[in-house]
Amino acid sequence: METAKKRMLTGNKAMAEAIAQEMENDQNVFVLGEDIGKYGGIFGSTQGLIEKFGPERVLDTPISETAFIGAAIGSAAEGMRPIAELMFVDFFGVCMDQIYNHMAKIPYMSGGNVRLPMVLMTAVGGGYSDAAQHSQTLYATFAHMPGMKVVAPSTPYDLKGMMTSAIRDDNPVVFMFHKSLQGLGWMDQLDYAVGHVPEESYTVPLDKANVMREGKDVTIVGIQMMTHYAMEAAERLAADGIEAEVIDLRSLAPIDKDTIIKSVKKTHRLVVVDEDYRSYGMTAEVAAIVSEEALYELEAPIKRLAIPDVPIPYSHVLEDFVLPGPDKIVEAVKQMMDEA
Amino acid sequence: MFEEKQPAVSVDKLTWMYEQMVKIRYYEDQMVEAYTEGKSPVFNIGEGPVPGEMHLATGQEPAAAGMMVHLTKDDTVTAPHRPHHHAIAKGVDLKKMTAEIFGKESGLGKGKGGHMHLFDPEVKFSCGGIVAAGIPHAVGAAMANKMKGKDWVAVAFIGEGAANAGAFHESLNLAALWNLPLIVVVEDNSYGISVPKTASTSVESNDLRASAYGVAGAYVKDNDPIAMYKASEEAVNRARNGQGPTIIEIQTYRFLGHFQGDPELYRDKDEVPGLRARDPIMKLRQQLADAEKMSEQELEEIETRAKKEVDEAYQFARDSDYPKPEAALNDVFTS
Repeated sequence: METAKKRMLTGNKAMAEAIAQEMENDQNVFVLGEDIGKYGGIFGSTQGLIEKFGPERVLDTPISETAFIGAAIGSAAEGMRPIAELMFVDFFGVCMDQIYNHMAKIPYMSGGNVRLPMVLMTAVGGGYSDAAQHSQTLYATFAHMPGMKVVAPSTPYDLKGMMTSAIRDDNPVVFMFHKSLQGLGWMDQLDYAVGHVPEESYTVPLDKANVMREGKDVTIVGIQMMTHYAMEAAERLAADGIEAEVIDLRSLAPIDKDTIIKSVKKTHRLVVVDEDYRSYGMTAEVAAIVSEEALYELEAPIKRLAIPDVPIPYSHVLEDFVLPGPDKIVEAVKQMMDEA
Repeated sequence: MFEEKQPAVSVDKLTWMYEQMVKIRYYEDQMVEAYTEGKSPVFNIGEGPVPGEMHLATGQEPAAAGMMVHLTKDDTVTAPHRPHHHAIAKGVDLKKMTAEIFGKESGLGKGKGGHMHLFDPEVKFSCGGIVAAGIPHAVGAAMANKMKGKDWVAVAFIGEGAANAGAFHESLNLAALWNLPLIVVVEDNSYGISVPKTASTSVESNDLRASAYGVAGAYVKDNDPIAMYKASEEAVNRARNGQGPTIIEIQTYRFLGHFQGDPELYRDKDEVPGLRARDPIMKLRQQLADAEKMSEQELEEIETRAKKEVDEAYQFARDSDYPKPEAALNDVFTS
C-alpha cells in the first residue's frame, strides 16, 4: 500500500493555498476585505497571501462592506476576478443590497452580457458562544435567492478544490467556510478540521454532493459541521447495527438533487440536519425535493433537525440546546427505525 | 464663479454637447409619448408598450453632456434610476437601449432589465434602480483601471438624494484613501421624489462634503452646460493624472415629475414654467448662434441628425420581437 506521508493541512491553509495558486496563475485575481492583510483573515482564510503578493493585490479595507463588495462587483465587470471577504456572514445586513440587488442580478438583468467572476467568501457557524450576531450560518438566506452559486465545503480537501473552482467560475460564488473547520489554534481542536490536501492545484465541482459514508438503512443529509456530526452519529448507529448513508451536501445552490434521490431510493429513510434556522430552510428544501420526487420510496416520515427558530443564544448550555449534534441525530434515527 | 472666467470651449466640443442634449431631449419627449400609449383614459402603470416606472431626464441634459464630452469608451460610467441622458451621451447603442425599454429580445438585456437596468459593456455603461448603489461599482472600475495601469477614469452619476446614503460616504472614503480615478457627479434636481433638498440635506451643496474626504469639490450653478464642461474637464484631468477623486455638484432642473404619472402636488405650479424659461438647450443654441456664428441651417442640421437617430431607435424597438416567454429562465448564470 502506498501511504508515503500524506500531506495534511488545516481548513484555513487549504483555502489560502487555493487562493495563492490562483493568484499565481492569473494576474486578475486579487483579494480584499477587512483584516485580510497582515492579520491573514480573522479566520485564517488569507494567511500568507500579503507576504507573497503584496498590498496591491491583498487589500485591507476600511469597515465599509457596501463599498468594498460593491467595488468587487465593479472591478469584476471590468474583467478582474476579485475575492471579497465578508468577515462574518452575520454582517450581511450592512451590505445585502450590493450582494443581492447587484452581484446576483446584474448578469441576469444584462441578458448575460455582463459577467461577474467574483467570490464572496464568508465565515459561518457557531458552537463557541459568540451569540446571535456572530454565530449564524444563513445558508438558506443566500441559497434562496437566484443568481449566486452558494457552496459550503466541509473538509480541507474540498475547501481547496472548491475555492479553486469558485475563483475560476465566471459567476458570483458565495463561498461559506465554517469557523470550526478552519483548524484554528484558538478554537476547539477537531480532527476533521485537518485533512489530506494535495499540493498541486485541483478542482472540486460546485454542484455535486459527496457521499461521505455508504449505508443501506437511512440517509442523513448534512452540510459542514452537521456532516461531521452525522458521521459521528453513523459510527455509533453502526454499533447498533444501523447503517446510515451520510451525504455532505457541499453545494446549497445549485443543489445536487440526484445524489439525494438516489440515496433515498436505496435507504428509504431520510434525516436532514442543518445548522441554520428550521423554517423555510435547507431541511425543508431537501424534504420538499424528496417529497416531490421520491415520496413513495419513503418508509417513514422525513425527520428534520435544525435551529428551532430562535436567534443563537450565548450561554453554552443554551447554545448546545439549539444546535443539532451527534446525540440528537442518533436519537432521531433510532426513533425513526423504531417507528417503522 | 464659473461664468466670470469661462475659457473658450472649442466649437467642436460645444457642437457635440449641443447634439447630445438635443438627442436626449427628443428621446425623452418621444418616451413621454410611448409611455403614455395604452395608459389612457385610465393610467395603469403595467399597461402599454412601455410598462413599469419611467424616470425621465428632461432638463438634466447638461450634466451628462458636459461630463461625457471628456470621456472615451474606455472610461466607465455608472448611472442611477434616471439614466437615459447618461446612456445617450456615453454612446450606448441607442437601438438596443430603446428595444430594452420596450422589453424586446433585441434589447441590451434581452428584455430582462428595462429602463432602470441598462448595461452596455461595449462603452462601459451601467445603471441601476437602487439609490447610491452605483457609486461602489464606479469605485471598483476605478480600482481595476489603476491595477491595470491605465489612465481610464470612472464616473458615478447620482441624484442629490443619494449623497445622504451610506454608500456615498463609504465609497468616497475608499476612493480617497486609495487615490482612485473616481468622479462623483451629484445632479441636484431639487427633489428626492417629493422631498426638497432643504428637507433632506444638512449642507447647502454636496461639493462641500468633499473636504470631509480630502478630495476636490466643484459646484456648477444654474444648469450651465459650459460651466459643467469646465468642472468636468478639471475633474477628469485630475483623475487621469492620478490626483484622486472629485465631487461635482450641478444644480440642474427636473422639468418632469419624479416618474411619469407623478401628480407633483409637492411643488408650486409656477416652478416648472420658470425652469423651462431657463432651458439649457435654448441657452446653448443661442450661444452657438451668437458667439460661434453658427447659422440656423447648421443648427437645424444637427437637430435633424439627432432626431433621425432617435426615430430610428424607436422604430427598431417597435419592430423587434418580444423574447420567448421561456427565455425568462436563461441568463441567471453566464456560463
